[in-house]
Amino acid sequence: MKHLDEFRDASLAKPLVAKLEKAVTKPLRVMEICGSHTMAIFRNGIRSILPEGLQLISGPGCPVCVTSAPHMDAFIAMADMPGIRVAIFGDLFRVPGTKGSLSNASSRGAKVDVVYSPMDALQIAKNNPSEHVVFLGVGFETTTPGIAATILAAKNDNVKNFSVFSTQKTMGPPMKALLSDPDLKIDGLLCPGHVSSIIGAKFWEPLAADYKLACVVAGFETADLLNALILLARQVATEDFKVENTYTRAVSYEGNARAMKMVDEIFEPADMNWRGLGVIPNSGLKIREKYADFDAEVKFDITLPEVDEAKGCMCGQILKGLNIPPECPLFAKRCTPANPIGPCMVSSEGTCAAYHKYGL
Amino acid sequence: MSQKSILLDHGSGGLASQELIGDLFLKYLDNPILNDLEDSAILDNSQGKLAFTTDSYVVDPIFFPGGDIGKLAVHGTINDLAMRGAVPKYLSLGLILEEGLDFETLEKVIISIADASKEAGVPIVTGDTKVVPKGKGDKIFINTAGIGFLPEGISISSKNARAGDKVIISGTLGDHGITIMTRRAGITMEGKLESDTMPLHTLVAKLVANFPEDLKTLRDPTRGGVATSLNEIAANSGLAIELEEESLPIRPQVRAACEILGLEPLYLANEGKCLVIVSGDKAKAVLELMHSTKEGKEATIIGTLTDGKSGRVTINTPVGGARVVTPLHGEPLPRIC
Repeated sequence: MKHLDEFRDASLAKPLVAKLEKAVTKPLRVMEICGSHTMAIFRNGIRSILPEGLQLISGPGCPVCVTSAPHMDAFIAMADMPGIRVAIFGDLFRVPGTKGSLSNASSRGAKVDVVYSPMDALQIAKNNPSEHVVFLGVGFETTTPGIAATILAAKNDNVKNFSVFSTQKTMGPPMKALLSDPDLKIDGLLCPGHVSSIIGAKFWEPLAADYKLACVVAGFETADLLNALILLARQVATEDFKVENTYTRAVSYEGNARAMKMVDEIFEPADMNWRGLGVIPNSGLKIREKYADFDAEVKFDITLPEVDEAKGCMCGQILKGLNIPPECPLFAKRCTPANPIGPCMVSSEGTCAAYHKYGL
Repeated sequence: MSQKSILLDHGSGGLASQELIGDLFLKYLDNPILNDLEDSAILDNSQGKLAFTTDSYVVDPIFFPGGDIGKLAVHGTINDLAMRGAVPKYLSLGLILEEGLDFETLEKVIISIADASKEAGVPIVTGDTKVVPKGKGDKIFINTAGIGFLPEGISISSKNARAGDKVIISGTLGDHGITIMTRRAGITMEGKLESDTMPLHTLVAKLVANFPEDLKTLRDPTRGGVATSLNEIAANSGLAIELEEESLPIRPQVRAACEILGLEPLYLANEGKCLVIVSGDKAKAVLELMHSTKEGKEATIIGTLTDGKSGRVTINTPVGGARVVTPLHGEPLPRIC
């Protein structure tokens, strides 16, 4: 498959492993921010061949994992409302709130549709005029433009029975909050590929400069990841901290201006509650007043419930990269993919799920 | 008949039921045992051991590229019998129909069942139909049970596997699962995606006849995929299994669809594939035989059983790394991005 097989090619990858070993001349800790990177690293067996001295820490980039318990509870309450059907991305289905999940709601008769694009949710609304369809928006810069485009389409087509419950998040504020944490000692960032395709490689430049961090934007195949790790190790070795982009087949320096403009038309920054990290100012996106007709929070006057997060669950620490999953007392005991307690176990991209599924 | 649809009366056991049986079921499924229409079928006694299995089919959509729920119901149960080395002989057919199902759809499914049963040479010898009120079912649910005869001296079981045995897969991974998932998602791909549903008993009969001693385990990796079946084999045999990622046969279009939906071919359902565990020294000969059949022409050796940690399945990645392959947890769900 074009642009896939060549980046998984063993004959390409093996020399890169040797190069990586050479490049790691002093210990370094690299945070992979993005959940898809975490999964790709495990799936390709990269963790098992890392040179000694190179430590990978999984960051807060799994959108499902950082969805707060109050938001999950509000999602579930919404699904239980008569006349409402909610549309979600698949991995939200099993995420636990404080009293069950959308999967439980579905089993007691709530209408929950798994969709592949928010546009599918709009189509469901058009097909079912007697019901109100709420798309539960969860995600980062990658999914936000699609949701913005859907709201524009809904307005354009004058659809009255469709709205979005936005918990959309942005990457900048939590990264700054994390990097300001004195406990978190990291030397470099493996910058997310898909998010960067929207916000551009330039987005990471202030972080590289302000926190003296090696930053490399990477794709998701073996060769992409190894290549990025080599560049990170070299930057750390030479203390020449900058942003390098190894995913040029998808990511430009400037990013996708059209997508960002569309997001800005629909959304404005708002404080957002992150599971494990708490409320981070201006880290979320809420729907502008101009589009309030499509804002489920306004339409249904939702107030988020106050809840306690699961006892003993270390997802918060794990999302910050301060602990690894096996250090959590619940990991692989009370908390498993079949019966997840913390959100990092639910999403296939969650750090705990990756450790549980692929950890050797 | 195309204007008609299924009414609750068709499951009442009364006149409408009899019409359904006479006009539709016997028309296509006819054979001397079924035609008796007695309360149970009387079967010839076998000389040896019997294999007996049952499976229910609720697939949505009921028609999909490469097959339909009827074909699946025949092939699935035949394959379950074949996976113990048995020769499938008889099937039962239980239908649960939703009120309002149109006759034309039912007729298409029954014709497909009849064709599959005739092609495989395994007759439907008894059956039952119930109709549930609209909304209490989803178009059509099917249960088939099957009986097969076990040839003398044949023992196929996951407990028979030994360290050094090889793992062969009879063809490509995930064709059925991804066809259903992309249909549900409304995604169309370049290159044809098609269910692999087919009966495997002819292939198995050849393997049993030629390698009675060296054929250890057979398993059809349906729901849960190859990953889950191999975990079961590893657990039952007390051995470890080591796979080679580069040797996994996967069609490019299946791989592409998996990339889009965030799924792994190892976890997708197959309906016309079997995993074959054979003695290491006979693996090549078994592979050659499989390549000469239509069911096994793309058969590949994908791994080895070892004395490693009991019950553990690992896969060696092209980059020289390794990772654990766990069984499937829950339904495979598409990823967010």
